[in-house]
Amino acid sequence: MSTQRQQPETETDSTETEAETAQERRLDEKRRRAEERERERVAAEERAAADAERYHLKVFRYDPEVEGKQEPRFDDFHVPYEPGMTVLDALIYARDEFDASLTFRHSCRQAICGSDALFVNGRQRLGCQTQLSDLDQPVRIEPLPHSEVVKDLVVDMEHFYDQMEAVEPYFQTTDRPDGELEEQRQSRENREKIKKSTRCIWCGACMSSCNIAAGDNQYLGPAAINKAYRFAMDEREGEDMKQRRLEIVEQEHGVWRCQTQFSCTEVCPKDIPLTEHIQELKREAVKSNLKFW
Amino acid sequence: MHEHDVIVVGAGGAGLRAAIAAQEAGADVAMVTKLHPVRSHTGAAEGGINAALRDGDDWELHAYDTMKGSDYLADAPAAEALCQESPKEAIQLEHWGMAFSREDDGRVSQRPFGGLSFPRTTYAGAETGHHLLHTLYEQVVKRGIEVFDEWYVLNLAVSDEADPADRTCHGVVAYETATGNVEAFAARDGVILATGGLGQVYDHTTNAVANTGDGVAMAYRAGVPAEDMEMIQFHPTTLPSTGVLISEGVRGEGGILYNDEGERFMFEHGYAKNDGELASRDVVARAELTEVNEGRGIEDEYVHLDMRHLGEERILDRLENILHLAEDFEGVDGLEEPMPVKPGQHYAMGGIETDEYGQTCVDGLYAVGECACASVHGANRLGGNALPELTVFGKRAGMHAAGGETDEPEIPVGKTDDAEPGDVEAPVELGEPWESEAVADGGATTETGEEVVERALERERERVNRLLERDEGTQHAEIRASVQHTMTKNVNVFREEEALKEALVDIHAARQRYRDVYVADPSSTYNTDLIQTIETRNLLDIAEMITVGALAREEFRGAHWRKQYQERRDDEWLKHTMVSWSDGSPELWYKPVVLEGKNQTYEPKERSY
Repeated sequence: MSTQRQQPETETDSTETEAETAQERRLDEKRRRAEERERERVAAEERAAADAERYHLKVFRYDPEVEGKQEPRFDDFHVPYEPGMTVLDALIYARDEFDASLTFRHSCRQAICGSDALFVNGRQRLGCQTQLSDLDQPVRIEPLPHSEVVKDLVVDMEHFYDQMEAVEPYFQTTDRPDGELEEQRQSRENREKIKKSTRCIWCGACMSSCNIAAGDNQYLGPAAINKAYRFAMDEREGEDMKQRRLEIVEQEHGVWRCQTQFSCTEVCPKDIPLTEHIQELKREAVKSNLKFW
Repeated sequence: MHEHDVIVVGAGGAGLRAAIAAQEAGADVAMVTKLHPVRSHTGAAEGGINAALRDGDDWELHAYDTMKGSDYLADAPAAEALCQESPKEAIQLEHWGMAFSREDDGRVSQRPFGGLSFPRTTYAGAETGHHLLHTLYEQVVKRGIEVFDEWYVLNLAVSDEADPADRTCHGVVAYETATGNVEAFAARDGVILATGGLGQVYDHTTNAVANTGDGVAMAYRAGVPAEDMEMIQFHPTTLPSTGVLISEGVRGEGGILYNDEGERFMFEHGYAKNDGELASRDVVARAELTEVNEGRGIEDEYVHLDMRHLGEERILDRLENILHLAEDFEGVDGLEEPMPVKPGQHYAMGGIETDEYGQTCVDGLYAVGECACASVHGANRLGGNALPELTVFGKRAGMHAAGGETDEPEIPVGKTDDAEPGDVEAPVELGEPWESEAVADGGATTETGEEVVERALERERERVNRLLERDEGTQHAEIRASVQHTMTKNVNVFREEEALKEALVDIHAARQRYRDVYVADPSSTYNTDLIQTIETRNLLDIAEMITVGALAREEFRGAHWRKQYQERRDDEWLKHTMVSWSDGSPELWYKPVVLEGKNQTYEPKERSY
């Protein structure tokens, strides 16, 4: 009985090993052909470069597991220009027509999902919001600086998300509507005050542009502090919560790290006055400390 | 294997609200989503949330508007649930901190919208969806609900019984984008699909690149019928070059549409003598295209939407986002000049057949939001009715899946005795008769839930390996482009029999080419080539369902216009178009519309605005 049972198991094991090797072989073959295609692509690119109606992109490439891409490099793409074409449109064209492995995050195409913040000609911008015609050639497209590159233009966003979540980014009032249909009141002025801060799309451009965040990994960063501002200034949460929120941003790696270089404000695609918000939180924190002093 | 009580697939408004409700009802919830939640396309919704909050308004008026707007193809129990519960959900959002626009007295603002008898569209500037999405995600963070973001759900784990009504959904199988790992997520109590729109089946759409109808396609392949798929909303005001949406809020605030001759055509050419620009979306979209087709379009392509007379102060207060969109994506300054607009694909009224608690005919499988069809919207959705749909039905399904107390549903799902067989004259073979990977492959029906999930996991691992190993053939981008092209050309606002048949021929050809599809990127790190290749097969199913429904429905109702059939035919067509995946082919059938509400029956009337 036991022999009978063991035998098929052994067989299964050996088949699995064989299958794995066969699969390895096929994948190796695939990688080899991928390299061949790569050579063809470069040749096609050289032909396309002769065409003057095309925009010249230099795109950062990296893949930890694909040969030839393990060492970061720049690939050239020459994309036919159409009026209104954005950096994102050009990347999509390059991917669909020249190289299906070209990888970048994108979704809404209208500057609201915050997926495609990139480093374009030396500045953080949303690919979908940047017209090619506003850029000098060759257009150099890189992943956001100060983040780990996962592949090509995709960076690891986990640290950014961790910082956002560190400021308790959620409304915390005790009362909830129980059956009654009554909203909390908020003045037009107060809504206006927080309006710009609520427009953050979590793209990470500000964090990537910030020298302080680059040097201090624990620094909350402009986006998270702006999120804290959005709640601290919202009159609906009340004074006690405001105090709590000021304590959060006043910590060692909070608002006091900001050296008002305005780089975050300059690159924000939603025009949020981030530096002003950080400064205002500093003033509020001082005022509230004086009160308790 | 991951294991939770409730698995929510997709983390836009509906998914987030469902997760919160399920957790509040005591369930251990996990969300699996191909994008990080804040990237979801709910964030692009602009106009607002219809909610009968004020004196002089009433949920029953809202329900009447919704049934009329649907051209009497919505099911009353679902439409009434929406209208009755929307006020409470809107107030709940406010108590969760959502930054609504405000009146002088500090209450939330409301504005007029198309097809509404009361100005009940509650809004936050012209970026209501962004605020709603972020507010709900904040609450998910607050509750510590586990989110598997950038995990792409490949398929459902559904048992094998011959009759879909006997099947059970035990979980999902998902692909981790960052690593290429394929893993199973078992659900003890339920799987809630909240995968959003399917606009990528067209090439001029307000939808995101991620809106590929994955949930509808997966449920369809698992045997759940798709309902009223031909009912596609084309929004009247999208930017011509990109399809970016310009909110109905512009017309709600008083924006005016002009043709090339400077005529206010909605009134002057009699399209909507009472409501003009604020007629229902289907009416305005057809009017614009008629103007263009009769030679009164601008550059033979679009019309003008003018809001300059509203004044800078009001525009900045209520519509600021529109200025940015027009500037960034069309190079137009809305304060100085009229904005060019034309109709673009916007919303799918149809979707996965559910009852008014989001339940499908497969036990343990739910669907909510745009991917679902309860049906709330029938043949035409009113502006401002999508966002409340997310919260109201998200909450209902979340509660139900977690075992919360609910009433007995009134909307029947699955094939009942009322089902009427249907047939279309297709010029080609439909579906994939050569494939035999249907869920119900006649395998053992005595499997445990765990076995069902394990088998699904194996199947999907094989599928991914197969796609990765294949090394030459056709790339998905080419196939996708051909489907988008034929759908935009042949299954648009105005539909003709020959064109619909041409679309079926093209879709068939695209399916044939998909048999040779290959993934060029060999990497297991962030392989978007692979994900898009799988999305493309979903789009093939979606395109076929839409076109089959459009060819079958021989009448003019709501968004569905047929050249040969210029009237709504209530005697024959007060019924839902149903398409079921049956042995590799779409099977067409019909089920009756439920027009009986709580206190009234919505008798079909002539629909004029």
